[in-house]
Amino acid sequence: MENRKTDDLMIQASQLTHYYGPRPAVEEVNFGVKRGEVLGFLGPNGAGKTTTMRIITGFMPPTQGKVTLADYDVVEQSLEVRRRIGYLPETVPLHMEMPVTSYLKYMGTLRRMPSRQIKRRIGEVIEVCRLQDYHKTIIGKLSKGFRQRVGIAQAILHEPEVLVLDEPTIGIDPIQVVETRRLIQDLGKEQTVVLSSHILPEVNMICERVLIIHEGKIVAEDTPENLAQRLQGADQLQVEVRGPVREVQAALRQINGVTEVTHRSQQGRNVFTVQVQRGQDLRDEISRVVVNQDWSLFSMQLVSMSLEDIFLRLTTHEEL
Amino acid sequence: MRTIRAVAWKEIQVYFGTPIAYIVGSIFLVLTGIFFAIGVVPSEANPFPEASLSNFFQWGTTILILLAPALTMRLLAEEQKLGTIELLLTSPVRDWEVILGKYLASLTFLLAMLALTLYYPALLFIFADPDPGPIYSGYLGLILYGAAALSIGMLTSTITSNQIVAGFVAMGVIAALSFVHVSSDLLGGFMSLLIREVGLQAHFEDFSRGVIDTKHIVYFLSVTAVFLFLAIRALEFRRWR
Repeated sequence: MENRKTDDLMIQASQLTHYYGPRPAVEEVNFGVKRGEVLGFLGPNGAGKTTTMRIITGFMPPTQGKVTLADYDVVEQSLEVRRRIGYLPETVPLHMEMPVTSYLKYMGTLRRMPSRQIKRRIGEVIEVCRLQDYHKTIIGKLSKGFRQRVGIAQAILHEPEVLVLDEPTIGIDPIQVVETRRLIQDLGKEQTVVLSSHILPEVNMICERVLIIHEGKIVAEDTPENLAQRLQGADQLQVEVRGPVREVQAALRQINGVTEVTHRSQQGRNVFTVQVQRGQDLRDEISRVVVNQDWSLFSMQLVSMSLEDIFLRLTTHEEL
Repeated sequence: MRTIRAVAWKEIQVYFGTPIAYIVGSIFLVLTGIFFAIGVVPSEANPFPEASLSNFFQWGTTILILLAPALTMRLLAEEQKLGTIELLLTSPVRDWEVILGKYLASLTFLLAMLALTLYYPALLFIFADPDPGPIYSGYLGLILYGAAALSIGMLTSTITSNQIVAGFVAMGVIAALSFVHVSSDLLGGFMSLLIREVGLQAHFEDFSRGVIDTKHIVYFLSVTAVFLFLAIRALEFRRWR
């Protein structure tokens, strides 16, 4: 009963550190992934996402720290861990000379699946990944998008408890990106999924929780919605006003609570972006100022900060 | 067991799905065929040849110095270069199963290649009356020698992701181990003995003469085991780099 808490956690990493030479790729990272959760690692290239995933999957041991998956240690009980994961590395390394079905059969045997189960599951994953027309094609002759599907097919073949996907939509065309995301969302309903990405909307769309990783450290961790809220140091208003640009700008700046006003001309219309201190609603005040000066207020919109901005801030300026 | 077989079977399919098998196989058959013919066809230098395979066996080992690395150099180096090793090593397969599976694939290919040379003794039995003893022992020796050579190639392919490097280093090591015994006379005492006992070809000679000595069998099997063990350790070490 005591370890019920850890029972709920599918993956638990504590003080995870990995060095390549003298430079740490991942430094004292702690996180947990709940059973059934879809967790996203978000970060620019070189942030340490791939390293973290390689450690989770047992491909390489951490320099320091400990990771457990289903309560098995990834170093000490690597084989038990590897039985439970399906992995799609970033580069989608496949055996190019093999036909799709033979490749899947090979991977199934490596995963120690009984041959009857392999046969059944190959049929299923080929359908799920929509490879029906290509199941006899040699992998090397498939396009990048289809190879990606084969990569996912091998990862889910043995119905692993945890699915680890490293940049699953990188380098494939937009339509296939949409399909792949949908597929991952479906898989996430039943399996624990850990994926990495440097594309914000993607993580926002697929993941229940996001870890933002930068230079080997976790700088933020929350649901995509909460992240947006937590990080909103300021609200933004877009105001369209007809009037002399400089004076409007000056007048808006003088309003108490406004921190910054920028102007841009959009097809002859004057749009002002007004940064407002967090939690203040200044729409009343702004409209009063504009109208009092005899200018015309055409529109006013509250713009919440996009994840993109958050991401930019997190990885370029400050830590949370 | 199933995983070893899966790894081996995949590699065997690659051998026959790519030109490697046919190139290595035909080079082996052409060269050994020439040396077999030289040994048994009367010539000015050898007007009364013996109906034996000794010439084939002697040159066979030398040819294997060149060809065994060609069979093994791809096995792990390519997986490392292409990154497929990431999926291999994150599958629930033990490192020794990977090495053994790949090794058995190369050994199977070697045996197939040697099986194709069986028409040399067949010809002898049809047209002459050869002594069967040295033929059996010679084949046994060639298989053991090849097994050792392949294990050396297995190790070098595990260490590097560059196939060319893996191939040439293996060739160098096998050649050095094959011919080192020639230099044993240059040194005296214990060193001379040691070097003579270490050489691959020194242990092969008895086989080609029709002598099956347990000492030599143990020697070849030990060399094979040591290099396969080193290959397994190298693969384990790879994870820690």
